[in-house]
Formats: sequence, C-alpha cells, structure tokens
Amino acid sequence: MNDAVFQTIQALVDKNPVMLFMKGDKQFPQCGFSARVVQILSHIGVEFETENVLENPAIRQGIKDFSQWPTIPQLYVKGEFIGGCDIVTDMYQSGELESLLVEKGLLKSEG
Amino acid sequence: MMTAEEIEKTLRTAFPGAQIVVEDLAGDGDHFACEVVSDVFRGLSRVKQHKLVYDAFGDRVGTELHALAVKTRAPE
Repeated sequence: MNDAVFQTIQALVDKNPVMLFMKGDKQFPQCGFSARVVQILSHIGVEFETENVLENPAIRQGIKDFSQWPTIPQLYVKGEFIGGCDIVTDMYQSGELESLLVEKGLLKSEG
Repeated sequence: MMTAEEIEKTLRTAFPGAQIVVEDLAGDGDHFACEVVSDVFRGLSRVKQHKLVYDAFGDRVGTELHALAVKTRAPE
C-alpha cells in the first residue's frame, strides 16, 4: 500500500472519532454485514462517519493492510480498530460497545 | 466457493482438538457461520482470536470464502 493511501486512511481514522469503512453508505449499504453495523450504530445513536470502499479500490485493499484484517466492514473508534461485523455485534449484545463509546466521551450514558 | 466440509476441515487442521461448528447460514453455500472453542484463544482479545481464524484460511477470505461469521471463545 503506498503512502498516499495510508495517509488518507490515517486522516479518516484520526479525524472521525467513530469511523466505519463499509461497502455502500448509510442510506444504501451494499452488503448485509455493513448494513448490520450501520443499523447498530444508528440504533445506539452515536455520530459516525462512513467511507464507501466500493468507490475507492485503493482504500478497499489498503484498509485490509492497515488493520491486518481481511474483511469489510471495519469499525474504528478514536483511531483504534474495534473489529468487523461479528465483533461489533457481539460487543453490542453484551453492552460493551455502548460502554466503550461512553468511556471515550462519544455517547451520553443512559443512566 | 468453499463448502461447509472444506471450512470445517481447514479449521480442524488449524485448531486441533477444538470444538468446531460450521453452519451454512442462508442455505446458499455462500454465507457461513462458524464457532471455534479452543484453549488457543484464552486471554486473547476478540480481534486477535478472530484473526487466528481468518489466518487459517489465508488469502481465501474475501475471495473463495465470501462471508464467514466468526464466533470464538476459550472453553470455560
């Protein structure tokens, strides 16, 4: 992956506290797994930014090298790779995702 | 396209002695779910656990293996 792609990804991950690399976008997710993560984040009500990797093949491959994770979608919180659809779903079901977002000051706690 | 048997065989080779369940999610031979219960995962973060599973498939993930939902844990 060349530097330009790396810097683009790094900028997206640094600039957006909750950053989702996905297939499609919020309105039109193009894959079931990406759609589920959008649904979870929307349901939680946290602000998040998305990047449609289908529109940018360099980022589609680059992101897999960036995180050493072979699939899309990929969720980042404050620059840290959290996981793909399975992990985000697990964390959501256990409440871990919401507590992480509250802890990082990205979500007001319900209590 | 990988079959459920091939997925299970790959996992058995990568995780000897583990409890492995492979399920064809949509019945279309294209979307699978697998659960792997192995001591290898003890103390590892979820991301690291799932990476071990993906590593077992090498570059087939995202090519021959389009969609694999992964669940991992260490035995209680």
